[in-house]
Amino acid sequence: MAQATFQIFRGDSKGGALQTYTTDVGEGMVALDCVHQIQAESAPDLAVRWNCKAGKCGSCSAEVNGRPRLLCMTRMADLPEGEPVRIEPMHTFPLLRDLVTDVSWNYGVKKKIAKFAPRKPDAADGSWRMQQEDIDRVQEFRKCIECYLCQDVCHVLRDHAKHDEFAGPRFFVYTAALEMHPIDTGDRIDAVKDEQNIGYCNITKCCTTVCPEGITITDNAIIPLKERVADKHYDPLLWLARKLGIGDGETGAGA
Amino acid sequence: MTETQSLDYDVLVVGAGGAGLRAAIEAAAAGVRVGLVCKSLLGKAHTVMAEGGVAAALAHVDDRDSWRVHFADTMRGGQYVNHPRMAELHAQEAPERVRELETWGALFDRTKDGRILQRNFGGHRYPRLAHVGDRTGLEMIRTLQDHGIHQGIEVHMEVTVVDLLKDGDRIAGCVAYDRDRGRLRVFRAGAVVLATGGIGRAFRITSNSWEYTGDGQSLAYHAGADLLDMEFVQFHPTGMVWPPSVRGILVTEGVRGEGGVLRNSDGKRFMFADIPDNYRGQTADNEEEGWRYCQGDKDARRPPELLTRDHVARCIMREVKAGRGSPHGGVFLDIAWIKARVPNGADHIRRKLPSMYHQFKELAGIDITAVPMEVGPTTHYVMGGIRVDPDTQMSTVAGLFAAGECAAGLHGANRLGGNSLSDLIVFGKRAGEHAARFARENPAPPVDGAQVAAAQQRVLAPFERSVQGENAYAVQHALQDTMQDLVGIVRNEDEMAEALRQIDALKVRADNVGVGGHREYNPGWHTAIDLRNLLTVSEAVTRAALLRRESRGGHFRDDFPDKDKHWGGVNLAIRKGEDGGMVVEERPVVAMTEAQQAIIAEMA
Ligand SMILES: Cc1cc2nc3c(=O)[nH]c(=O)nc-3n(C[C@H](O)[C@H](O)[C@H](O)COP(=O)(O)OP(=O)(O)OC[C@H]3O[C@@H](n4cnc5c(N)ncnc54)[C@H](O)[C@@H]3O)c2cc1C
Ligand code: SF4
Ligand code: SF4
Ligand code: FES
Repeated sequence: MAQATFQIFRGDSKGGALQTYTTDVGEGMVALDCVHQIQAESAPDLAVRWNCKAGKCGSCSAEVNGRPRLLCMTRMADLPEGEPVRIEPMHTFPLLRDLVTDVSWNYGVKKKIAKFAPRKPDAADGSWRMQQEDIDRVQEFRKCIECYLCQDVCHVLRDHAKHDEFAGPRFFVYTAALEMHPIDTGDRIDAVKDEQNIGYCNITKCCTTVCPEGITITDNAIIPLKERVADKHYDPLLWLARKLGIGDGETGAGA
Repeated sequence: MTETQSLDYDVLVVGAGGAGLRAAIEAAAAGVRVGLVCKSLLGKAHTVMAEGGVAAALAHVDDRDSWRVHFADTMRGGQYVNHPRMAELHAQEAPERVRELETWGALFDRTKDGRILQRNFGGHRYPRLAHVGDRTGLEMIRTLQDHGIHQGIEVHMEVTVVDLLKDGDRIAGCVAYDRDRGRLRVFRAGAVVLATGGIGRAFRITSNSWEYTGDGQSLAYHAGADLLDMEFVQFHPTGMVWPPSVRGILVTEGVRGEGGVLRNSDGKRFMFADIPDNYRGQTADNEEEGWRYCQGDKDARRPPELLTRDHVARCIMREVKAGRGSPHGGVFLDIAWIKARVPNGADHIRRKLPSMYHQFKELAGIDITAVPMEVGPTTHYVMGGIRVDPDTQMSTVAGLFAAGECAAGLHGANRLGGNSLSDLIVFGKRAGEHAARFARENPAPPVDGAQVAAAQQRVLAPFERSVQGENAYAVQHALQDTMQDLVGIVRNEDEMAEALRQIDALKVRADNVGVGGHREYNPGWHTAIDLRNLLTVSEAVTRAALLRRESRGGHFRDDFPDKDKHWGGVNLAIRKGEDGGMVVEERPVVAMTEAQQAIIAEMA
């Protein structure tokens, strides 16, 4: 069994610093196992969030060697051998303690998005008929585990702190899932433009890169939403024609 | 203490998994003030991890299915010690509850004609599990969460309830603390719904997260409510066994539903060798028929890999003990073989089982479309829990309700896969409805300051002992070893008597636990607080298991390996005695009505 060295951030909103720990790393261990082992051996009050240990709940988000990741899906074997492993909390959210941040802002953003509004049911038992290929895209978005790693990496939030104006990639995914839901009747496109300020996104694709669920956030959610905003706001004739059901109707985005 | 915050609700729901969210939604719809507290962040409860699906007799894939077949399957799976009324309500109401999720935005996988698709699962006669790939729980919790946040429910995240408050015989509220600051909070409520989930952390190898410390069962017990069926713990046959750090993490039964087969080190499908008599008529006796079943052939019978979980888990143990296991002490689960049968087999597997593919790839470095997995049993679910009224979900304490995994009755001695997610929405709704009614008819009584002070003193005591006291993690690990080694899949008198002695000794150690540091987000302190709950449920499991001198469902004793007529007629209830000790009592199993008996006879 090899020993590994960790530099783990310890501290709270008043300040803190990296502290060095060493622990034994056995076969197949992930970063979260090491944090737990350190907790049990030498730092019982080291704060970290987790639940499933299998990449399904999105609780254990942190930054490993500067990269936003799920601690439970970061295999020690995949990190450079012999070098200390640096584990820090997400930078985009206020720190509570050690590796735990206050992510409540995200819950507030979601609450402001107009909720699902289905059309009348297709069948007498209150259900709808939908083809699998028409829901594939929305199912991709619904894989989101709300780890907020995409929010953490996005420069609009991370570097420019536009939390009051910008919803962030997670909520573009969420809004896109509602907008492309085959039976939803809501219209959130004005809000996407004026409240979520999707215009701040300059398509760097960093969010897509870090998404542990492999959701193609930029190409499949953000760009189609931007197109819908553009269609609706910059081409009034086309928009009117669509509203009235004339012309080519729905394009690209949901297909 | 000045920093204590007091809050007032009609209905307070403890737990934000499927059961708690569904209860809160229903109570809010009834127009009462609803609070919801959970130990983790919203959307992270155990329900998020459920994979395979939610059972409901929608009959979309096989029109021979109906609630009556589902009822019969549930009773047979539970070995007839289930509460028949709960099994009946569950089978009748599950389809409507599942359809309702789509009115709130859920999107299940579809049939060719655009309806909700259903898949095969162990113990279900027909394809019955509505699902979304293998992330059904995520779909369910997110749907309920996203709907719930617009219903005027007040959510308190990362708040842990440590004691229930009473006013005479009825419930009055609870005491809790928040994780981020460690402040105590007092909730006054007319009705409390417990929806806190299971007890898996009492064992070393488990698919369950840190949250599953038996809080609801223990809170209810200490408040004077009855527990029931605590000896029935489900050991899921297929957990990961390697690498060591992921041991116990679940491998969904959906793998076997899609055609995955179990083999020993000789390459033999050992499940064919041991098919119980009561399932013989429904089980394929050759590999070809089993495969046809997985492909949806209505004339084929299911492969023996899809027998009930208790049985499959014991067969795996037997192979391992006989020296026919896999290199790391499990057996082989092979889905890659179906590439010989389906076009684009590897893609097909990745599409049907995306998160299993991901899990093995990321955590074990194994490609399941190419090589077999290694699997072995893992502690997964507790059938027992808080004894409730089947229609209202009220416990034996007035105003205290329970739903979901922390309640008992529906599953009897063994739960069928998929019957938990449906349990959550069927009985979560009922609990919310009846809790709201109770609270309206019986407004919240005053809170008794002495009870609050006692809870506070108990919870803060570890700080006084500080680091000179026992280490909370060490006590927790010792308890997990005791339960795993002495009250696990195969049990007997001597080992369980020894377990009780060890639990007594651990109680003394737990009373001496000390923690250092401060109250803000201090996991050492949280572990210390959880110990009382873990010890309470461990003792309940052990005492009930010791008394039941037979083998049935999840409870297997090598000193009494057969079913016994007497024990088939009783459930074991547990309550706190006058002297504070634990009392276990036999209660006759609730008799089936004539109509229910007729269904069972017809389906036999
Ligand atoms: C890996 C895995 C896969 C599964 N797959 C399936 C499946 O395919 N089909 C199926 O039917 N079942 C499945 N199950 C079982 C099923 O997921 C659970 O039984 C079910 O989700 C439990 O739901 P619940 O609402 O009762 O509790 P949970 O979802 O566990 O929620 C419990 C809630 O209570 C809160 N809580 C606990 N204690 C306290 C306290 N003291 N104070 C405040 N809050 C508290 C927690 O924070 C949490 O919010 C699976 C289980 C696992 C582990
Ligand atoms: S693509 Fe847009 S949303 Fe994503 S990280 Fe870049 S700027 Fe942020
Ligand atoms: S979109 Fe991906 S990265 Fe963003 S919160 Fe969801 S799962 Fe996490
Ligand atoms: S603990 Fe659930 S995603 Fe890491």
